[in-house]
Amino acid sequence: MNTAVAHDYSGAPLGAPVYELTQVSKTYARNRVVALENVSLTLRKGSFTSVIGSSGCGKSTLLKIMAGLIPPTKGRVILQNQPVKGPRRDIGMMFQQATLFPWKTAVENIVLPIEIRDGKAAAKKAMDKAHELLEIVGLKGFENVYPNELSGGMAQRASICRMLITEPAVLLLDEPFSALDELSRDMMNMELQRICREQDATAFLVTHSIQEAVILSDDIVVMKPRPGRIAEVVSVDLPRPRTLEMMTTPKFGEIVDHIRGMLDKGEDM
Amino acid sequence: MTEYQTNAPTDAETIQDTVWEQEIAFIDSVPRWIAMTFVFVVFIGTWQLVTSFGLVSPIILPTPMETLKDMIFVGQNLATGGYMLVSLWITIQEVIYGFALAIAIGFSLGVLVGETAFGEKAVMPYLVAIDTMPKVAFAPLFVAWLGFGIESKVALAAFIATFPIVVGTAAGLHAADENARMLFKTMGASRMQTLIKMKLPTGLPQIFTGLKIGAVGVMAGAITGEFLGGGKGFGELIRVAASQLNTPRVFSLILYLSVVGLVLYLIVQWTQRRVVFWQKETVGSYDG
Ligand SMILES: Nc1ncnc2c1ncn2[C@@H]1O[C@H](COP(=O)(O)OP(=O)(O)OP(=O)(O)O)[C@@H](O)[C@H]1O
Ligand SMILES: [Mg+2]
Repeated sequence: MNTAVAHDYSGAPLGAPVYELTQVSKTYARNRVVALENVSLTLRKGSFTSVIGSSGCGKSTLLKIMAGLIPPTKGRVILQNQPVKGPRRDIGMMFQQATLFPWKTAVENIVLPIEIRDGKAAAKKAMDKAHELLEIVGLKGFENVYPNELSGGMAQRASICRMLITEPAVLLLDEPFSALDELSRDMMNMELQRICREQDATAFLVTHSIQEAVILSDDIVVMKPRPGRIAEVVSVDLPRPRTLEMMTTPKFGEIVDHIRGMLDKGEDM
Repeated sequence: MTEYQTNAPTDAETIQDTVWEQEIAFIDSVPRWIAMTFVFVVFIGTWQLVTSFGLVSPIILPTPMETLKDMIFVGQNLATGGYMLVSLWITIQEVIYGFALAIAIGFSLGVLVGETAFGEKAVMPYLVAIDTMPKVAFAPLFVAWLGFGIESKVALAAFIATFPIVVGTAAGLHAADENARMLFKTMGASRMQTLIKMKLPTGLPQIFTGLKIGAVGVMAGAITGEFLGGGKGFGELIRVAASQLNTPRVFSLILYLSVVGLVLYLIVQWTQRRVVFWQKETVGSYDG
């Protein structure tokens, strides 16, 4: 059963399709694990989609395929009308760990993607932009600080900037804030929402937190394991911009309960 | 609405501070230099006692005073550019050339083994096999191949010091975690860029650990080479002094030699602090 194919987005303004996944399957050759089976998914421009599901149901695998880090065994991945056949400049990625390099200052870390793609001179030119980005995420004054001196939350902010410096059209986020405490996490999520709106970026977030998924997303892809596939896509028609206060509304609670029910059912399978 | 009760004392009450005596281990209250001096004094004292009561023959162990006198003599010879300085300079050259050679070969092999699948699969097993051999046993071979000059000593010194550098470099190249690799992949980095901009800097701490072990080995190699292959280095002076049962001389020569080893080690450590400035001090460094 695949209910995820180009379904109707209620309420939210619709953009053109950015990402199109058709019947994507992945079997890891090494251990014959079927990590994904027939996953079809469409992300529209400016939308925010979350994936949620139990551990090992193939979320990270899906993200890696979308990012062009690993090839699918079957199926098609199209991004901005071009098939994804490897890492691309219009994709920005973020992982659970900030992974800043300790021998580079905050700004130097942020312009690293430019340095790698276009060389040192281009990286130097991008410094101004890096400063702007740092200011946006509230790290003004920390430009020339080494990562050792940044807290976990500050490091993740810096890695957001690194992701944004190449102005990617889509953001792929694999549990980016799960290493943070709950308070900073909520703040970072609101910041993420703001950045996505400002940059009109399309975001795809892997998370284990139902609350986080609901407060951020237009759509939530609920996955079930063995083999990893889509169980349901839940639309969240809370108004935008979202605020943390919305977490106390009955509507929010309803959606959370619905997803929790789905996930519990998934556990029995 | 409930009234919040605070713990603020009323005027009538006085506060009982919950401060208690914290036991501090005696050794924590002693400065390091005092503790070190203490050990030194105990050591010299025991030495003095053992020798002055004739517990061991002066040929086996000279008194501290004799040793000190000889050290002054050797020091004067070195300072005035005597024959000992010439010998020391030969040994220092062996150490420098041996270390440079070990770094060049060790680093290249380390990259080969740590970065390429071929190196890891086909070359590493041989390196491990050679590494388990007693390398000093190769000394006669080096002498046969390279003669009694400085070359055979340089070769043995380099031979001994190469392996820790290979291991350190290979381990260093494996130190980068999955996230960093994935990040570089998403940035479209080439293999060369990944190596130079990520794997090598990440592995610098391990590489320097290899260099430090190598620095110790290179000294041992040069001196062993001199023992077994003759020549005019400091090791030869030690050998001659020992054969003449001039034990105080042996002791003082060893002490001067250890200064050379220490300087080499400190140079590596100093370079490490400069280059790997982000590395936290680890256990075993001597500045707390
Ligand atoms: N490189 C790999 N080689 C072989 N099997 C893998 C590999 N990566 C993942 N798997 C397997 O594929 C399945 C899905 O893994 P994946 O990492 O995508 O799950 P996930 O949903 O991200 O889990 P989590 O929530 O714990 O991060 C798991 O059964 C895992 O064991
Ligand atoms: Mg995962």
